[in-house]
Amino acid sequence: MMSRLVAQIGYPLAGVAFILAAWVFVCWAGNLPTVVLPTPDKVFYAFIARFDLLVSEGWVTLKETLYGFLLALVIGLPMAVAVANSRPLNLMFYPLLIGLQSVPKVALAPIVLVWLGTGMESKLAIVWLVAFFPIIVDTVAGLRSTPRELLELADSLRASRLQIFLKVQFPAALPFVITGAKVAITLAVIGAVIGEFVGSSEGLGFLLLSATSQLDTPLAFAALFALSVLGMFVYLLVELAERLAAPWLPPPSQRH
Amino acid sequence: MDRPHLETLTIEPQMAFGSIKNVSKIFSAGELLSRSAEPVVALDDASFDFEQGQLVSLLGPSGCGKTTLLRIVAGLIPKTSGSVVIGDHEVVEPLGDYGFVFQSPSLMPWRTVIDNVLFPMEILKRNNKAARQRAGELLELVGLSGFVGARPHQLSGGMQQRVALCRALIHAPQLLLMDEPFGALDELTRMEMNDLLLRIRRETGASVLFVTHSISEAIYLSDKVIVFSRRPARVAQEIPIDLPYPRSQRTRFTPAFTQAERIASEALGVLPPVDEKGTPS
Ligand SMILES: Nc1ncnc2c1ncn2[C@@H]1O[C@H](COP(=O)(O)OP(=O)(O)OP(=O)(O)O)[C@@H](O)[C@H]1O
Ligand SMILES: [Mg+2]
Repeated sequence: MMSRLVAQIGYPLAGVAFILAAWVFVCWAGNLPTVVLPTPDKVFYAFIARFDLLVSEGWVTLKETLYGFLLALVIGLPMAVAVANSRPLNLMFYPLLIGLQSVPKVALAPIVLVWLGTGMESKLAIVWLVAFFPIIVDTVAGLRSTPRELLELADSLRASRLQIFLKVQFPAALPFVITGAKVAITLAVIGAVIGEFVGSSEGLGFLLLSATSQLDTPLAFAALFALSVLGMFVYLLVELAERLAAPWLPPPSQRH
Repeated sequence: MDRPHLETLTIEPQMAFGSIKNVSKIFSAGELLSRSAEPVVALDDASFDFEQGQLVSLLGPSGCGKTTLLRIVAGLIPKTSGSVVIGDHEVVEPLGDYGFVFQSPSLMPWRTVIDNVLFPMEILKRNNKAARQRAGELLELVGLSGFVGARPHQLSGGMQQRVALCRALIHAPQLLLMDEPFGALDELTRMEMNDLLLRIRRETGASVLFVTHSISEAIYLSDKVIVFSRRPARVAQEIPIDLPYPRSQRTRFTPAFTQAERIASEALGVLPPVDEKGTPS
Protein backbone atom coordinates (compact mmCIF):
# COMPACT_ATOMS: atom_id res chain seq x y z
CA MET A 1 0.00 0.00 0.00
CA MET A 2 2.64 2.45 1.15
CA SER A 3 5.09 1.32 -1.48
CA ARG A 4 2.47 1.74 -4.19
CA LEU A 5 1.91 5.32 -3.05
CA VAL A 6 5.64 5.93 -3.28
CA ALA A 7 5.70 4.41 -6.76
CA GLN A 8 2.73 6.34 -8.06
CA ILE A 9 3.43 9.76 -6.58
CA GLY A 10 6.95 9.69 -5.20
CA TYR A 11 8.77 8.68 -8.38
CA PRO A 12 7.08 11.20 -10.70
CA LEU A 13 7.73 13.93 -8.12
CA ALA A 14 11.35 12.89 -7.90
CA GLY A 15 11.53 13.09 -11.68
CA VAL A 16 10.19 16.65 -11.68
CA ALA A 17 12.56 17.63 -8.87
CA PHE A 18 15.47 16.22 -10.86
CA ILE A 19 14.57 18.25 -13.95
CA LEU A 20 14.15 21.43 -11.89
CA ALA A 21 17.52 20.84 -10.24
CA ALA A 22 19.16 20.28 -13.62
CA TRP A 23 17.50 23.45 -14.93
CA VAL A 24 18.78 25.54 -11.98
CA PHE A 25 22.21 23.98 -12.33
CA VAL A 26 22.42 24.87 -16.04
CA CYS A 27 21.39 28.48 -15.30
CA TRP A 28 23.90 28.75 -12.50
CA ALA A 29 26.81 26.88 -14.09
CA GLY A 30 26.41 28.61 -17.46
CA ASN A 31 25.72 31.91 -15.74
CA LEU A 32 22.94 32.40 -18.28
CA PRO A 33 21.08 35.71 -18.46
CA THR A 34 17.32 35.59 -17.87
CA VAL A 35 16.66 36.45 -21.51
CA VAL A 36 18.29 33.22 -22.60
CA LEU A 37 17.07 30.89 -19.87
CA PRO A 38 15.22 32.18 -16.82
CA THR A 39 15.47 30.23 -13.58
CA PRO A 40 12.36 28.24 -12.54
CA ASP A 41 11.44 30.73 -9.86
CA LYS A 42 11.31 33.59 -12.39
CA VAL A 43 9.07 31.53 -14.63
CA PHE A 44 6.90 30.68 -11.67
CA TYR A 45 6.70 34.34 -10.71
CA ALA A 46 5.74 35.30 -14.27
CA PHE A 47 3.09 32.58 -14.28
CA ILE A 48 1.51 33.93 -11.10
CA ALA A 49 1.86 37.61 -11.95
CA ARG A 50 0.43 37.24 -15.47
CA PHE A 51 -2.05 34.56 -14.57
CA ASP A 52 -5.07 36.51 -15.84
CA LEU A 53 -3.40 37.12 -19.17
CA LEU A 54 -2.45 33.45 -19.49
CA VAL A 55 -5.99 32.38 -18.71
CA SER A 56 -7.58 34.74 -21.24
CA GLU A 57 -5.10 33.83 -23.99
CA GLY A 58 -5.34 30.17 -23.01
CA TRP A 59 -9.11 30.37 -23.33
CA VAL A 60 -8.69 31.47 -26.96
CA THR A 61 -6.34 28.61 -27.74
CA LEU A 62 -8.59 26.15 -25.93
CA LYS A 63 -11.58 27.22 -27.99
CA GLU A 64 -9.63 26.93 -31.24
CA THR A 65 -8.40 23.47 -30.24
CA LEU A 66 -11.73 22.07 -29.10
CA TYR A 67 -13.86 23.58 -31.85
CA GLY A 68 -11.46 22.47 -34.55
CA PHE A 69 -11.31 19.01 -33.00
CA LEU A 70 -15.09 18.73 -32.77
CA LEU A 71 -15.37 19.91 -36.35
CA ALA A 72 -12.96 17.12 -37.34
CA LEU A 73 -15.14 14.62 -35.47
CA VAL A 74 -18.40 15.90 -36.89
CA ILE A 75 -17.12 15.82 -40.44
CA GLY A 76 -14.73 12.89 -40.10
CA LEU A 77 -17.07 10.30 -38.58
CA PRO A 78 -19.83 10.41 -41.22
CA MET A 79 -17.24 10.48 -43.97
CA ALA A 80 -15.54 7.46 -42.41
CA VAL A 81 -18.86 5.61 -42.33
CA ALA A 82 -19.43 6.42 -46.00
CA VAL A 83 -15.93 5.42 -47.07
CA ALA A 84 -15.99 2.22 -45.01
CA ASN A 85 -19.36 1.01 -46.28
CA SER A 86 -19.27 1.94 -49.93
CA ARG A 87 -16.91 0.01 -52.12
CA PRO A 88 -16.57 2.72 -54.82
CA LEU A 89 -16.01 5.45 -52.23
CA ASN A 90 -13.51 3.27 -50.47
CA LEU A 91 -11.58 2.58 -53.65
CA MET A 92 -11.70 6.26 -54.56
CA PHE A 93 -10.70 7.86 -51.30
CA TYR A 94 -9.04 5.44 -48.89
CA PRO A 95 -5.63 5.35 -50.60
CA LEU A 96 -5.84 9.14 -50.95
CA LEU A 97 -6.58 9.54 -47.25
CA ILE A 98 -3.68 7.30 -46.28
CA GLY A 99 -1.39 9.22 -48.61
CA LEU A 100 -2.52 12.62 -47.37
CA GLN A 101 -2.08 11.52 -43.78
CA SER A 102 1.68 11.72 -44.05
CA VAL A 103 1.64 15.20 -45.63
CA PRO A 104 2.71 17.78 -43.03
CA LYS A 105 -0.55 19.71 -42.92
CA VAL A 106 0.86 22.53 -40.78
CA ALA A 107 2.89 23.53 -43.81
CA LEU A 108 -0.42 24.67 -45.28
CA ALA A 109 -0.94 27.14 -42.43
CA PRO A 110 0.39 30.21 -44.31
CA ILE A 111 -1.87 29.44 -47.27
CA VAL A 112 -4.89 28.90 -45.05
CA LEU A 113 -4.14 32.26 -43.49
CA VAL A 114 -4.15 33.92 -46.89
CA TRP A 115 -7.52 32.35 -47.58
CA LEU A 116 -9.23 32.89 -44.26
CA GLY A 117 -7.47 35.80 -42.60
CA THR A 118 -6.01 36.04 -39.12
CA GLY A 119 -9.20 35.43 -37.19
CA MET A 120 -10.67 32.34 -35.57
CA GLU A 121 -11.64 30.79 -38.94
CA SER A 122 -8.09 30.15 -40.08
CA LYS A 123 -7.19 28.51 -36.75
CA LEU A 124 -10.24 26.29 -36.92
CA ALA A 125 -9.30 25.30 -40.45
CA ILE A 126 -5.73 24.42 -39.49
CA VAL A 127 -6.81 22.49 -36.39
CA TRP A 128 -9.44 20.71 -38.44
CA LEU A 129 -6.87 19.85 -41.07
CA VAL A 130 -4.48 18.18 -38.65
CA ALA A 131 -7.17 16.48 -36.53
CA PHE A 132 -9.32 15.21 -39.38
CA PHE A 133 -6.95 12.61 -40.82
CA PRO A 134 -6.21 10.47 -37.78
CA ILE A 135 -9.92 10.44 -36.98
CA ILE A 136 -11.14 9.39 -40.40
CA VAL A 137 -8.31 6.94 -41.12
CA ASP A 138 -8.59 5.15 -37.77
CA THR A 139 -12.38 5.11 -37.89
CA VAL A 140 -12.42 3.62 -41.39
CA ALA A 141 -9.91 0.99 -40.27
CA GLY A 142 -12.11 0.18 -37.29
CA LEU A 143 -15.31 -0.01 -39.29
CA ARG A 144 -13.69 -2.33 -41.76
CA SER A 145 -12.30 -4.75 -39.21
CA THR A 146 -15.53 -5.92 -37.63
CA PRO A 147 -15.09 -9.58 -36.65
CA ARG A 148 -16.52 -11.74 -39.42
CA GLU A 149 -18.37 -13.96 -36.94
CA LEU A 150 -20.35 -11.04 -35.56
CA LEU A 151 -21.37 -9.95 -39.04
CA GLU A 152 -22.41 -13.52 -39.88
CA LEU A 153 -24.35 -13.78 -36.66
CA ALA A 154 -26.22 -10.58 -37.50
CA ASP A 155 -26.74 -11.70 -41.10
CA SER A 156 -28.09 -15.08 -40.04
CA LEU A 157 -30.71 -13.21 -37.99
CA ARG A 158 -31.59 -11.07 -41.01
CA ALA A 159 -30.45 -7.89 -39.31
CA SER A 160 -31.02 -4.69 -41.27
CA ARG A 161 -28.05 -2.62 -42.38
CA LEU A 162 -28.90 0.00 -39.80
CA GLN A 163 -29.08 -2.62 -37.05
CA ILE A 164 -25.74 -4.03 -38.12
CA PHE A 165 -24.17 -0.60 -38.13
CA LEU A 166 -25.57 0.53 -34.80
CA LYS A 167 -25.33 -2.73 -32.88
CA VAL A 168 -22.23 -4.35 -34.32
CA GLN A 169 -20.06 -2.34 -36.65
CA PHE A 170 -19.88 0.97 -34.80
CA PRO A 171 -19.43 -0.34 -31.26
CA ALA A 172 -16.75 -2.70 -32.55
CA ALA A 173 -14.98 0.27 -34.18
CA LEU A 174 -15.19 2.51 -31.14
CA PRO A 175 -11.75 1.63 -29.72
CA PHE A 176 -10.26 2.64 -33.09
CA VAL A 177 -12.22 5.90 -33.08
CA ILE A 178 -10.91 6.67 -29.62
CA THR A 179 -7.32 5.94 -30.61
CA GLY A 180 -7.74 8.28 -33.56
CA ALA A 181 -9.32 10.94 -31.38
CA LYS A 182 -6.40 10.82 -28.95
CA VAL A 183 -3.89 11.38 -31.72
CA ALA A 184 -6.15 14.08 -33.17
CA ILE A 185 -6.51 16.06 -29.95
CA THR A 186 -2.74 16.11 -29.45
CA LEU A 187 -2.25 17.33 -33.00
CA ALA A 188 -5.09 19.83 -32.57
CA VAL A 189 -3.16 21.73 -29.88
CA ILE A 190 -0.13 21.86 -32.14
CA GLY A 191 -2.32 23.03 -35.02
CA ALA A 192 -3.80 25.84 -32.94
CA VAL A 193 -0.37 27.07 -31.84
CA ILE A 194 1.03 26.93 -35.38
CA GLY A 195 -2.00 28.88 -36.59
CA GLU A 196 -1.32 31.52 -33.97
CA PHE A 197 2.38 31.62 -34.82
CA VAL A 198 1.67 32.25 -38.48
CA GLY A 199 -0.74 35.07 -37.95
CA SER A 200 -2.84 36.03 -34.97
CA SER A 201 -3.41 38.67 -32.36
CA GLU A 202 -4.43 36.40 -29.53
CA GLY A 203 -3.90 32.99 -28.01
CA LEU A 204 -1.04 31.34 -26.14
CA GLY A 205 0.96 30.84 -29.34
CA PHE A 206 0.70 34.55 -30.05
CA LEU A 207 1.63 35.35 -26.45
CA LEU A 208 4.65 33.07 -26.67
CA LEU A 209 5.79 34.76 -29.85
CA SER A 210 5.26 38.33 -28.65
CA ALA A 211 6.86 37.66 -25.27
CA THR A 212 9.93 36.28 -27.00
CA SER A 213 10.16 39.23 -29.34
CA GLN A 214 9.96 41.56 -26.31
CA LEU A 215 12.72 39.52 -24.64
CA ASP A 216 10.29 38.65 -21.84
CA THR A 217 11.55 35.06 -21.69
CA PRO A 218 10.00 34.25 -18.29
CA LEU A 219 6.56 35.05 -19.73
CA ALA A 220 7.33 32.95 -22.82
CA PHE A 221 8.17 30.02 -20.56
CA ALA A 222 5.07 30.63 -18.51
CA ALA A 223 3.02 30.51 -21.74
CA LEU A 224 4.76 27.29 -22.70
CA PHE A 225 3.86 25.84 -19.33
CA ALA A 226 0.25 26.96 -19.77
CA LEU A 227 0.21 25.28 -23.17
CA SER A 228 1.37 22.02 -21.65
CA VAL A 229 -1.38 22.23 -19.07
CA LEU A 230 -3.89 22.92 -21.83
CA GLY A 231 -2.62 19.96 -23.85
CA MET A 232 -2.96 17.63 -20.89
CA PHE A 233 -6.38 19.01 -20.08
CA VAL A 234 -7.85 18.37 -23.54
CA TYR A 235 -6.26 14.92 -23.64
CA LEU A 236 -7.88 14.10 -20.32
CA LEU A 237 -11.19 15.33 -21.72
CA VAL A 238 -10.92 12.77 -24.51
CA GLU A 239 -10.04 10.08 -21.98
CA LEU A 240 -13.07 11.06 -19.94
CA ALA A 241 -15.23 10.80 -23.05
CA GLU A 242 -13.69 7.38 -23.63
CA ARG A 243 -14.66 6.19 -20.18
CA LEU A 244 -18.22 7.40 -20.76
CA ALA A 245 -18.58 6.06 -24.29
CA ALA A 246 -16.67 2.80 -23.91
CA PRO A 247 -16.72 1.74 -20.27
CA TRP A 248 -15.91 -1.83 -21.28
CA LEU A 249 -12.38 -0.93 -22.34
CA PRO A 250 -9.78 -1.44 -19.63
CA PRO A 251 -8.70 1.89 -18.09
CA PRO A 252 -5.79 3.49 -20.00
CA SER A 253 -3.45 3.17 -17.04
CA GLN A 254 -3.76 -0.61 -17.08
CA ARG A 255 -3.12 -0.99 -20.76
CA HIS A 256 0.68 -0.70 -20.84
CA MET B 1 -22.53 -49.02 -49.75
CA ASP B 2 -20.36 -45.93 -49.31
CA ARG B 3 -22.32 -43.92 -51.87
CA PRO B 4 -25.13 -42.61 -49.73
CA HIS B 5 -25.98 -39.72 -52.03
CA LEU B 6 -27.16 -42.16 -54.68
CA GLU B 7 -29.89 -43.09 -52.25
CA THR B 8 -30.91 -39.51 -51.64
CA LEU B 9 -31.06 -38.92 -55.36
CA THR B 10 -33.94 -41.33 -55.70
CA ILE B 11 -36.87 -39.08 -54.91
CA GLU B 12 -38.53 -39.70 -51.59
CA PRO B 13 -41.86 -37.96 -51.17
CA GLN B 14 -41.55 -38.00 -47.37
CA MET B 15 -38.75 -35.46 -47.01
CA ALA B 16 -36.41 -35.27 -44.06
CA PHE B 17 -36.29 -32.13 -41.91
CA GLY B 18 -33.00 -31.07 -43.38
CA SER B 19 -31.88 -32.09 -46.80
CA ILE B 20 -28.60 -31.17 -48.43
CA LYS B 21 -28.60 -32.36 -52.03
CA ASN B 22 -25.69 -32.32 -54.45
CA VAL B 23 -24.35 -29.08 -53.04
CA SER B 24 -21.23 -27.75 -54.70
CA LYS B 25 -19.36 -24.57 -54.01
CA ILE B 26 -16.68 -23.12 -56.21
CA PHE B 27 -15.03 -19.94 -55.05
CA SER B 28 -14.29 -18.08 -58.23
CA ALA B 29 -11.00 -16.24 -58.50
CA GLY B 30 -12.67 -12.88 -58.12
CA GLU B 31 -14.76 -13.75 -55.09
CA LEU B 32 -14.10 -12.07 -51.79
CA LEU B 33 -10.75 -12.63 -50.15
CA SER B 34 -9.35 -15.11 -52.59
CA ARG B 35 -5.96 -14.02 -53.80
CA SER B 36 -5.17 -17.13 -55.78
CA ALA B 37 -5.77 -16.97 -59.51
CA GLU B 38 -7.45 -20.38 -59.67
CA PRO B 39 -10.98 -21.04 -58.55
CA VAL B 40 -11.24 -23.13 -55.38
CA VAL B 41 -13.61 -26.07 -55.28
CA ALA B 42 -14.63 -26.03 -51.64
CA LEU B 43 -17.50 -28.51 -51.84
CA ASP B 44 -18.08 -31.13 -54.46
CA ASP B 45 -21.51 -32.67 -54.70
CA ALA B 46 -22.19 -33.06 -51.00
CA SER B 47 -25.47 -34.71 -49.99
CA PHE B 48 -26.98 -35.88 -46.74
CA ASP B 49 -30.26 -35.70 -44.84
CA PHE B 50 -31.14 -35.36 -41.21
CA GLU B 51 -34.31 -35.64 -39.17
CA GLN B 52 -35.79 -33.10 -36.84
CA GLY B 53 -34.03 -33.19 -33.48
CA GLN B 54 -31.06 -35.08 -34.81
CA LEU B 55 -27.51 -34.12 -34.00
CA VAL B 56 -25.29 -34.59 -37.01
CA SER B 57 -21.54 -34.10 -36.93
CA LEU B 58 -19.50 -33.05 -39.92
CA LEU B 59 -16.04 -34.52 -39.66
CA GLY B 60 -13.24 -33.88 -42.09
CA PRO B 61 -9.72 -32.65 -42.62
CA SER B 62 -8.92 -28.97 -42.25
CA GLY B 63 -9.84 -26.84 -45.24
CA CYS B 64 -12.19 -29.43 -46.73
CA GLY B 65 -15.18 -27.09 -46.75
CA LYS B 66 -17.10 -27.76 -43.52
CA THR B 67 -17.41 -24.11 -42.58
CA THR B 68 -18.39 -23.34 -46.15
CA LEU B 69 -21.17 -25.91 -45.93
CA LEU B 70 -22.48 -24.40 -42.68
CA ARG B 71 -22.47 -20.95 -44.28
CA ILE B 72 -24.43 -22.30 -47.22
CA VAL B 73 -26.93 -24.03 -44.94
CA ALA B 74 -27.30 -20.75 -43.07
CA GLY B 75 -27.92 -18.93 -46.33
CA LEU B 76 -24.97 -16.62 -45.73
CA ILE B 77 -23.20 -17.39 -48.99
CA PRO B 78 -24.64 -18.64 -52.27
CA LYS B 79 -23.95 -22.19 -53.43
CA THR B 80 -22.76 -22.92 -56.93
CA SER B 81 -25.24 -25.75 -57.43
CA GLY B 82 -27.45 -28.15 -55.56
CA SER B 83 -30.20 -27.49 -53.06
CA VAL B 84 -30.56 -27.04 -49.33
CA VAL B 85 -33.95 -27.52 -47.73
CA ILE B 86 -34.50 -26.91 -44.03
CA GLY B 87 -37.98 -27.48 -42.69
CA ASP B 88 -40.23 -26.36 -45.50
CA HIS B 89 -37.83 -23.81 -46.89
CA GLU B 90 -35.39 -23.90 -49.72
CA VAL B 91 -32.48 -21.94 -48.30
CA VAL B 92 -31.36 -19.10 -50.56
CA GLU B 93 -30.96 -16.43 -47.88
CA PRO B 94 -30.83 -16.48 -44.07
CA LEU B 95 -34.08 -17.72 -42.55
CA GLY B 96 -33.50 -15.94 -39.26
CA ASP B 97 -34.26 -19.11 -37.36
CA TYR B 98 -30.80 -20.52 -36.70
CA GLY B 99 -28.49 -20.46 -33.74
CA PHE B 100 -24.84 -19.99 -34.58
CA VAL B 101 -21.87 -20.96 -32.45
CA PHE B 102 -18.36 -20.29 -33.72
CA GLN B 103 -14.99 -21.65 -32.76
CA SER B 104 -14.18 -18.45 -30.88
CA PRO B 105 -16.88 -17.24 -28.49
CA SER B 106 -17.21 -14.02 -30.54
CA LEU B 107 -19.00 -12.16 -27.79
CA MET B 108 -19.39 -8.41 -27.94
CA PRO B 109 -17.02 -6.88 -25.40
CA TRP B 110 -19.23 -3.82 -25.07
CA ARG B 111 -22.20 -5.84 -23.85
CA THR B 112 -22.72 -7.55 -20.53
CA VAL B 113 -23.21 -11.30 -20.48
CA ILE B 114 -26.99 -11.12 -20.47
CA ASP B 115 -27.08 -8.45 -23.17
CA ASN B 116 -24.86 -10.65 -25.32
CA VAL B 117 -27.34 -13.47 -24.88
CA LEU B 118 -30.20 -11.11 -25.76
CA PHE B 119 -28.56 -9.83 -28.94
CA PRO B 120 -30.60 -12.07 -31.29
CA MET B 121 -33.82 -11.00 -29.58
CA GLU B 122 -32.93 -7.35 -30.16
CA ILE B 123 -32.32 -7.99 -33.83
CA LEU B 124 -35.57 -9.94 -34.09
CA LYS B 125 -37.36 -7.18 -32.14
CA ARG B 126 -38.52 -9.67 -29.52
CA ASN B 127 -36.51 -8.31 -26.64
CA ASN B 128 -39.26 -8.28 -24.03
CA LYS B 129 -39.59 -9.34 -20.44
CA ALA B 130 -40.10 -12.97 -21.34
CA ALA B 131 -36.88 -12.89 -23.34
CA ARG B 132 -34.94 -11.53 -20.38
CA GLN B 133 -36.37 -14.24 -18.21
CA ARG B 134 -35.44 -16.91 -20.71
CA ALA B 135 -31.93 -15.49 -20.95
CA GLY B 136 -31.64 -15.77 -17.20
CA GLU B 137 -32.85 -19.37 -17.30
CA LEU B 138 -30.41 -20.29 -20.05
CA LEU B 139 -27.52 -18.76 -18.16
CA GLU B 140 -28.59 -20.71 -15.11
CA LEU B 141 -28.74 -23.89 -17.20
CA VAL B 142 -25.12 -23.43 -18.25
CA GLY B 143 -24.09 -22.55 -14.71
CA LEU B 144 -23.47 -18.84 -15.20
CA SER B 145 -26.29 -17.31 -13.19
CA GLY B 146 -23.71 -15.46 -11.10
CA PHE B 147 -22.25 -13.69 -14.14
CA VAL B 148 -25.33 -12.12 -15.67
CA GLY B 149 -23.96 -8.59 -15.42
CA ALA B 150 -20.30 -9.41 -16.05
CA ARG B 151 -18.36 -8.36 -19.12
CA PRO B 152 -17.02 -11.07 -21.46
CA HIS B 153 -13.38 -10.28 -20.66
CA GLN B 154 -14.01 -11.20 -17.05
CA LEU B 155 -14.88 -14.79 -18.05
CA SER B 156 -12.69 -17.74 -18.96
CA GLY B 157 -12.75 -19.15 -22.48
CA GLY B 158 -15.05 -21.99 -21.50
CA MET B 159 -17.44 -19.65 -19.73
CA GLN B 160 -17.49 -17.34 -22.76
CA GLN B 161 -18.34 -20.26 -25.01
CA ARG B 162 -21.22 -21.15 -22.71
CA VAL B 163 -22.51 -17.59 -23.07
CA ALA B 164 -22.22 -18.01 -26.84
CA LEU B 165 -24.26 -21.18 -26.54
CA CYS B 166 -26.99 -19.31 -24.66
CA ARG B 167 -26.93 -16.60 -27.33
CA ALA B 168 -27.47 -19.29 -29.96
CA LEU B 169 -30.43 -20.72 -28.06
CA ILE B 170 -32.23 -17.59 -26.88
CA HIS B 171 -34.56 -17.31 -29.86
CA ALA B 172 -35.40 -21.04 -29.68
CA PRO B 173 -34.09 -21.80 -33.16
CA GLN B 174 -35.06 -24.98 -34.96
CA LEU B 175 -31.50 -25.58 -36.06
CA LEU B 176 -28.19 -25.02 -34.32
CA LEU B 177 -25.13 -24.57 -36.50
CA MET B 178 -21.95 -25.13 -34.54
CA ASP B 179 -18.55 -24.64 -36.12
CA GLU B 180 -15.91 -26.34 -34.00
CA PRO B 181 -17.44 -24.70 -30.96
CA PHE B 182 -15.31 -26.52 -28.41
CA GLY B 183 -12.13 -26.76 -30.46
CA ALA B 184 -10.31 -24.15 -28.42
CA LEU B 185 -11.18 -25.66 -25.06
CA ASP B 186 -9.16 -28.03 -22.93
CA GLU B 187 -10.16 -31.68 -22.88
CA LEU B 188 -11.97 -31.56 -19.55
CA THR B 189 -14.00 -28.44 -20.32
CA ARG B 190 -14.77 -29.90 -23.71
CA MET B 191 -16.27 -33.05 -22.19
CA GLU B 192 -18.38 -30.94 -19.87
CA MET B 193 -19.55 -28.88 -22.80
CA ASN B 194 -20.41 -32.03 -24.73
CA ASP B 195 -22.64 -33.22 -21.92
CA LEU B 196 -24.16 -29.77 -21.65
CA LEU B 197 -24.91 -29.73 -25.36
CA LEU B 198 -26.59 -33.12 -25.20
CA ARG B 199 -28.69 -31.95 -22.28
CA ILE B 200 -29.71 -28.78 -24.09
CA ARG B 201 -30.54 -30.72 -27.20
CA ARG B 202 -32.74 -33.03 -25.13
CA GLU B 203 -34.53 -30.10 -23.50
CA THR B 204 -34.99 -27.96 -26.59
CA GLY B 205 -35.43 -30.60 -29.27
CA ALA B 206 -33.35 -28.52 -31.66
CA SER B 207 -31.58 -30.12 -34.58
CA VAL B 208 -27.83 -29.60 -34.60
CA LEU B 209 -25.20 -29.53 -37.32
CA PHE B 210 -21.91 -29.83 -35.52
CA VAL B 211 -18.53 -29.34 -37.19
CA THR B 212 -15.57 -30.87 -35.43
CA HIS B 213 -12.06 -32.20 -35.96
CA SER B 214 -12.37 -34.65 -33.13
CA ILE B 215 -13.44 -38.17 -34.03
CA SER B 216 -14.41 -39.10 -30.50
CA GLU B 217 -16.35 -35.86 -29.97
CA ALA B 218 -18.27 -36.46 -33.17
CA ILE B 219 -19.21 -39.97 -32.14
CA TYR B 220 -19.99 -39.09 -28.56
CA LEU B 221 -22.47 -36.41 -29.57
CA SER B 222 -24.09 -37.58 -32.75
CA ASP B 223 -26.94 -39.55 -34.16
CA LYS B 224 -24.99 -39.56 -37.37
CA VAL B 225 -21.48 -38.62 -38.45
CA ILE B 226 -20.82 -37.34 -41.95
CA VAL B 227 -17.20 -37.87 -42.91
CA PHE B 228 -15.80 -35.60 -45.59
CA SER B 229 -12.87 -36.38 -47.81
CA ARG B 230 -9.99 -34.02 -48.44
CA ARG B 231 -10.69 -30.96 -50.54
CA PRO B 232 -12.71 -30.80 -52.64
CA ALA B 233 -15.00 -32.12 -49.96
CA ARG B 234 -17.30 -34.94 -50.84
CA VAL B 235 -19.20 -37.04 -48.42
CA ALA B 236 -16.86 -39.98 -47.94
CA GLN B 237 -19.14 -41.85 -45.59
CA GLU B 238 -22.27 -41.51 -43.47
CA ILE B 239 -21.86 -43.31 -40.19
CA PRO B 240 -25.00 -43.83 -38.12
CA ILE B 241 -24.12 -43.97 -34.43
CA ASP B 242 -26.31 -46.50 -32.71
CA LEU B 243 -25.36 -45.66 -29.15
CA PRO B 244 -28.39 -45.06 -26.95
CA TYR B 245 -29.03 -41.65 -25.40
CA PRO B 246 -28.60 -40.37 -22.76
CA ARG B 247 -24.90 -40.96 -23.12
CA SER B 248 -22.34 -40.48 -20.42
CA GLN B 249 -18.57 -40.39 -20.38
CA ARG B 250 -18.70 -44.16 -19.78
CA THR B 251 -20.12 -44.52 -23.28
CA ARG B 252 -16.64 -43.70 -24.60
CA PHE B 253 -15.35 -47.01 -23.31
CA THR B 254 -17.96 -49.31 -24.83
CA PRO B 255 -17.06 -51.62 -27.73
CA ALA B 256 -19.68 -49.97 -29.94
CA PHE B 257 -17.97 -46.61 -29.42
CA THR B 258 -14.56 -47.99 -30.29
CA GLN B 259 -16.03 -49.68 -33.33
CA ALA B 260 -17.52 -46.39 -34.53
CA GLU B 261 -14.18 -44.66 -33.93
CA ARG B 262 -12.45 -47.27 -36.09
CA ILE B 263 -14.93 -46.84 -38.93
CA ALA B 264 -14.62 -43.05 -38.81
CA SER B 265 -10.82 -43.23 -38.71
CA GLU B 266 -10.83 -45.45 -41.77
CA ALA B 267 -13.21 -43.14 -43.58
CA LEU B 268 -10.94 -40.21 -42.78
CA GLY B 269 -7.96 -42.16 -44.04
CA VAL B 270 -6.02 -41.90 -40.81
CA LEU B 271 -6.29 -45.66 -40.39
CA PRO B 272 -5.43 -47.83 -43.37
CA PRO B 273 -8.32 -50.19 -43.96
CA VAL B 274 -8.00 -53.97 -43.47
CA ASP B 275 -4.33 -54.83 -43.96
CA GLU B 276 -1.54 -53.17 -41.97
CA LYS B 277 0.66 -52.21 -44.93
CA GLY B 278 1.30 -48.56 -45.69
CA THR B 279 1.32 -45.86 -43.06
CA PRO B 280 -1.00 -42.87 -43.22
CA SER B 281 0.67 -39.79 -44.64
N1 LIG C 1 -14.38 -16.53 -49.05
C1 LIG C 1 -13.59 -17.43 -49.64
N2 LIG C 1 -12.98 -17.15 -50.81
C2 LIG C 1 -12.20 -18.05 -51.41
N3 LIG C 1 -11.95 -19.27 -50.94
C3 LIG C 1 -12.51 -19.62 -49.78
C4 LIG C 1 -13.37 -18.72 -49.07
N4 LIG C 1 -13.79 -19.34 -47.94
C5 LIG C 1 -13.22 -20.56 -47.95
N5 LIG C 1 -12.46 -20.74 -49.05
C6 LIG C 1 -11.72 -21.96 -49.40
O1 LIG C 1 -12.59 -23.06 -49.32
C7 LIG C 1 -11.95 -24.16 -48.73
C8 LIG C 1 -12.77 -24.68 -47.59
O2 LIG C 1 -12.77 -23.74 -46.54
P1 LIG C 1 -13.56 -23.97 -45.18
O3 LIG C 1 -13.32 -22.79 -44.31
O4 LIG C 1 -14.95 -24.31 -45.48
O5 LIG C 1 -12.82 -25.25 -44.60
P2 LIG C 1 -13.07 -26.01 -43.22
O6 LIG C 1 -13.40 -27.41 -43.55
O7 LIG C 1 -14.03 -25.26 -42.38
O8 LIG C 1 -11.63 -25.97 -42.57
P3 LIG C 1 -11.25 -25.92 -41.04
O9 LIG C 1 -11.53 -27.26 -40.50
O10 LIG C 1 -9.78 -25.63 -41.06
O11 LIG C 1 -12.05 -24.83 -40.42
C9 LIG C 1 -10.57 -23.70 -48.34
O12 LIG C 1 -9.66 -24.20 -49.28
C10 LIG C 1 -10.62 -22.22 -48.41
O13 LIG C 1 -9.40 -21.72 -48.87
MG1 LIG D 1 -13.88 -24.23 -40.57
